[in-house]
Amino acid sequence: MTLAARGLSYAYLPGRPVIQEVSFALVPGEVVFLLGANGSGKTTLIECLGGLRVPAEGEVVLDGRPVRSCSAAARARSIGYVPQLHQLAFGFSAWEVVLMGRAPHVGWLSRPGRADRAAAADALRTLGLWDLAGRTFPTLSGGEQRLVLIARGLAQRVRYLLLDEPDAHLDPANQHRVLAAAQGLARAGIGVVVTTHNPNNALLYADRVMVLAGGRSLVDGAPAAVLTPEVLSAAYGIPFEVVGDGQGPRAFLPRLGDHRARSLTSSEAESASGSARPHSPSSRASSAATANGA
Amino acid sequence: MNPRRTALAWGLLVLPVPLLFLSLMLGRYGIGPERVWAALFGGDVPDVVRALILRVRLPRALAAAVVGANLSVAGAAFQGVFRNPLVESRILGVSSGAGLGAAVALLAGGGLILQPLAFAVGLSAAGLVALIGWAFGGGLLVLVVGGVLVDSFFSAILGLIKYVADPLGTLPAITYWLLGGLSTVRWADLLPLGVASAIGLAFLLSVRWRLNLLALGEGEATALGVRVGRFRLAVIAVGTLLTAAAVSVSGVVGWVGLIVPHAARALVGPDHMYLIPAAVGLGASVVLLLDTLARTALPTEIPLGVLTGLIGVPVFLVLFMRLLRRQGGWG
Repeated sequence: MTLAARGLSYAYLPGRPVIQEVSFALVPGEVVFLLGANGSGKTTLIECLGGLRVPAEGEVVLDGRPVRSCSAAARARSIGYVPQLHQLAFGFSAWEVVLMGRAPHVGWLSRPGRADRAAAADALRTLGLWDLAGRTFPTLSGGEQRLVLIARGLAQRVRYLLLDEPDAHLDPANQHRVLAAAQGLARAGIGVVVTTHNPNNALLYADRVMVLAGGRSLVDGAPAAVLTPEVLSAAYGIPFEVVGDGQGPRAFLPRLGDHRARSLTSSEAESASGSARPHSPSSRASSAATANGA
Repeated sequence: MNPRRTALAWGLLVLPVPLLFLSLMLGRYGIGPERVWAALFGGDVPDVVRALILRVRLPRALAAAVVGANLSVAGAAFQGVFRNPLVESRILGVSSGAGLGAAVALLAGGGLILQPLAFAVGLSAAGLVALIGWAFGGGLLVLVVGGVLVDSFFSAILGLIKYVADPLGTLPAITYWLLGGLSTVRWADLLPLGVASAIGLAFLLSVRWRLNLLALGEGEATALGVRVGRFRLAVIAVGTLLTAAAVSVSGVVGWVGLIVPHAARALVGPDHMYLIPAAVGLGASVVLLLDTLARTALPTEIPLGVLTGLIGVPVFLVLFMRLLRRQGGWG
C-alpha cells in the first residue's frame, strides 16, 4: 500500500511550473517531512496528493489505482488533509469540527450516526482533547486548533494524512505537541506527510525527508543522512552550519557571520529560492545529496 | 449528542403551529379558540365565521408562515455557502427581479400574471448572476459582485417603469407591492408557493449536516470528499427557488432572510444540523406574528415590509452585539 506521486507537475501561471516532475511515495506508518523555501512547491505538492488540485502532468496513485479514477468520497476515506491556516466563518465547536471528518463516511442525504460520533470521540480522546470538545474553535489557542484539525483527520479514518505546516506560528512546546501527535499517528499505522520550514523539526520527528528546491526534488532519504548544511544552503540560498553531538546532527543554524549572509539582498534571496529557476545546488551540495530526484 | 439543542431546534420547528391558531383568533373581529377549532374541523359555527377563518385568515396565516420559513432558511443556507454572515436571501438579485416582474405585470394590468411573472423574473435574475459567475470563473466573490450588479440593473429598470407608470393608478400599486404584504393572499396563491417550498425545505432539511462542510471553505470540503461545485450550486438553486416563491407572493419583505438566521444561530449555535430546523420554525413564527400585527395593530393595514424593517433593525443590533460579546468575533 502506498500513496505515490509519479512525475507531478503543476503551474498556477502558464509556463511557470511550481512543481516539476516530482515523484514521491508514502507508506502507512512513516512520517515524511517536506522541506523547502517559500514557493518551492511544498503546499502545491500536498494539495495535489490530497486531491485539492489536479496536476497538469503525472498522476497520483493511491494503493495502485490512479486517484483520478476514485470517487471524491472514496479518495477522502483514504487521504486526509489538514490545512495550514483555518479561518472558520462561524463559531463551530471543536466537537462539530472533528465530526465533520466523518463526511466521506456519511451518505449524501444522511447525517452522522452513532458510529460517526464514536469515531469523533475516539479521535478527540486519542489526542487528549476531550475536555475541549465543547469549546468554540476560534477561542482555542493556535496549538489546540492544529490538534483539533489533526483530530478531524483521525476521525476521517484515513491511511494517509497530509499536514501543511502544522508547526507554523507555534511556540516550541506546542510545536512538540503537534509533531509528536503526528508521529504518534504514524506509529498507529497512518502514513503522515508534514511540510515545515524548520529543518530541526525534521531531524527530531521525521522518518524520511524530502527537500524541494525550485519545484524539484533535491534529496529524499533518512534525515540524518540527507540533511546537510550543503543541502540546506542549496534549498534556502543562505549558508548553514550544523551542530552535532557525536551521534549525528542535532540542529542547523544559518551561518550569519558569513559575509554572504550579511550582504544578502532580498533580490538575491528571491533568485536563490524562487520557483522560476531550476535548482542549482553547489557542487558540494550535489555530492552530499544521496538520492536526488528519487 | 446535545439533547437541549435538539429539543430547542425541534421546538422552534413546531412553534408556528400554536401561533397559527392564535393568529386565526385575532383580527378586527375576534373569534374565541373553541369557535376557531370548530370552524377548522367541521364543528357548528355560523357560516360567516367559517368563511372568515377558512377563506380569509387561514390562507393568509399559512402564506405568512411559509414566506417566513422560506426567507429565513434560504438566508441561513446562503450565509453558510458564502461563508459570510452578512449575506441574505436577496444576495442573488431575486427580490429586485421579482419586484421588476411584479411591476411589469401591474403595468400590463396586473391580475393573474403578477405572481408567475414575479416568480419567473426573480429566478431569471439569479440565473443571470449564476451566468456571470460561470463566465468569470465561478468564484463566490464573483457571484456576490454579480448579485450586486444585477440587483442595481434591475432596480434601474424598475425605476424606469415607475417613472412611466400612471401616477394615480399603477404607480401606487407598484409602490404598495414593493412594500410587501399578504392582504391579497387567496388559496390559489398558495399552491405554487406550497409546492416550491415543500421541495426546497425537504432538500435543505435532508442535506443540513453537509451544509457545515460548505461553511469550511472549498479546499477543506474537497479534501473531505465533497463535490463542492455541484453541491454549492444545488444549495444556491434551492435557496433561490424558496426566495422567489416567497417574494412573488409577499412582495419584498426585507431583513427576515438576514436577521432570523442570526437569531436562530444565537439560540442553537452554528451547526446546520440544528440551525436549519430552527431557522425554518423561527422564520415562520416571526413573519406570522408580524403579519398578524400588521393587520390588527392599527385600523388600517401596516405594510409588512415596513414592519419587518422597523422591528428588524433594532433586533439585529441587539443580536449582533450579543454575538460579538459572547464569542469575541463572528459566531
